Amino acid sequence: MIHPIPSGTRDVLPEETREVRAITDTLRGVFERHSYGEVYTPALEYESVLARADMAEARPAYRVFDETGAVLVLRSDMTVPIARVVATRYPTSDPPLRFCYFAHCYRGVRPQRGQPRELLQAGIELIGAPAPHGTAEALTVLCHALDATGLKDYRIGLGDASLFPALMASLDVPEDARTTLLETLVLRDFVGLERELEAAGISGEAARLLVEVPQRRGGPEVLSDTPAEAVAAVTGLRQVHGLLEPAVAERVIFDLGLVRNIGYYTGAVFDVYDPALGTPIGGGGRYDDLLGRFGRSLPAVGFALGVDRLHIALAGEERGTGALLAQAHPNAGAATEIAGAT
Amino acid sequence: MSATNGLTIAVPRGALFNGTVDLLEALGLDASELRSNDRKLLFENIGVITMRPSDVPTYVEAGAADLGITGKDVLLEQGAQRPGEVGREVYELLDLGFGRCTMVLASKAGPDPALAALRRLGVMRLATKYPRIAARHLEETGRQAEIVEVKGSVELAPLTGMVEAIVDLTATGTTLRENNLVIREEIVVCTARLVANRVSHKLKAAAIDALLTRLRELPDEARGRGAPERQAVG
Repeated sequence: MIHPIPSGTRDVLPEETREVRAITDTLRGVFERHSYGEVYTPALEYESVLARADMAEARPAYRVFDETGAVLVLRSDMTVPIARVVATRYPTSDPPLRFCYFAHCYRGVRPQRGQPRELLQAGIELIGAPAPHGTAEALTVLCHALDATGLKDYRIGLGDASLFPALMASLDVPEDARTTLLETLVLRDFVGLERELEAAGISGEAARLLVEVPQRRGGPEVLSDTPAEAVAAVTGLRQVHGLLEPAVAERVIFDLGLVRNIGYYTGAVFDVYDPALGTPIGGGGRYDDLLGRFGRSLPAVGFALGVDRLHIALAGEERGTGALLAQAHPNAGAATEIAGAT
Repeated sequence: MSATNGLTIAVPRGALFNGTVDLLEALGLDASELRSNDRKLLFENIGVITMRPSDVPTYVEAGAADLGITGKDVLLEQGAQRPGEVGREVYELLDLGFGRCTMVLASKAGPDPALAALRRLGVMRLATKYPRIAARHLEETGRQAEIVEVKGSVELAPLTGMVEAIVDLTATGTTLRENNLVIREEIVVCTARLVANRVSHKLKAAAIDALLTRLRELPDEARGRGAPERQAVG
């Protein structure tokens, strides 16, 4: 007999559970060592409460009515629920507050893409610790956690969500063109970015900078000779980098084109890459305005790792068969070393 | 280091193949085997894998190839066009210029049957291999359509009366004309694009940027040379 379950969900059997549990136990140990206390929050929340945050990309996809007709949603991430917890349960506590979580979140999927509807996230939120120190702490915990799981070749792409908007503002890009340009960058379409600049009547040095700067990524050298318009954001990144211990700092790839479409990110943003996986394992960033929307204005930073993706990357590294590792090329590993040398 | 800087490239078979191989040769790649053997899929010694154009975003997104070349039509059909939409997630790095063709809405010559259907029934039936592009175009122009996805010759659908219009890709319009169809609207011009995997774009930044620089420095002739105009498929 086959009794189906929804696509994008799955049963996890003992063999896999054992491996996943080993990963989450390791992560939990690191989080706890850094004084992050684990929380549980309900999987179901009021839609009206979560809607206080601008979720954009990760908007809740599943809604139900309760007995009174109120709309409940399945949470799509843990950052917003923890912001609610802080405002509600810690209205007067002295910051910083440190929380970690291991929780299933729920996302909409496109059929037949094998995307998960239910995904296990592991992460931390550091509330009340402003940039650059808070950001540096989050990155440090992130690297310590990944190191502890045994992941070897990962890198952290570090950018700033305010960089491109600041660049557009200082280059006098018309207000009505900014949203389109930012969306094109969010879609990773550099050809489209050039087209949209042309359509908006932006040319010359301004257009060149708006296309070239977000394509800069690599070692600290990409921060040098930054155009004056982007200096503030780049200075922030440099300060964060300066606070990192060497083992963490050398994992960082600066990425001036890293933007987020989750609307609540305000400053530094980061993604975790590993050559064993074609997509990021996780990511995070600063969300200094989010807590204010729930009535307790505090700067904050956090990250979430996809536990299943981390599991796949670990297995891939172990076997040497991950996505970028197993490519049909004699020098498949060589190009990665170039990046590693930066 | 090889001509492709140690990167793996997804090369499309079909109408974009010659233009792509010309480009790789201009970069110094030895493509003789790639040209002569059209059954082989994997050319490990030169870092090339071949596939149909619509599979390129799939392989690149998964990281099976760092870079790929495919038509903008494929990217429009498979990628997200607005933030928050779900689609293939790849970087679109460069417009390669060749393989130029146009996505059009066409219907039978004479009085436009699609207009008549809209007027009398409020909805037109439309056949296409590009259901997302067609749906987006009709939504943006405020019309209702019943979209019928077909796999083979789209031109057949209006001739049999199954639909009133089609959305398809055309280079010269010859196939449309031969089937007594006329172009009613041009939706978007499509050319070949260079795409990159999200993780490769970061971890292999130096190799990818070096290749991009060399591509940009190629003279225009080398970019488009010998590339036949892409025919309306089917």
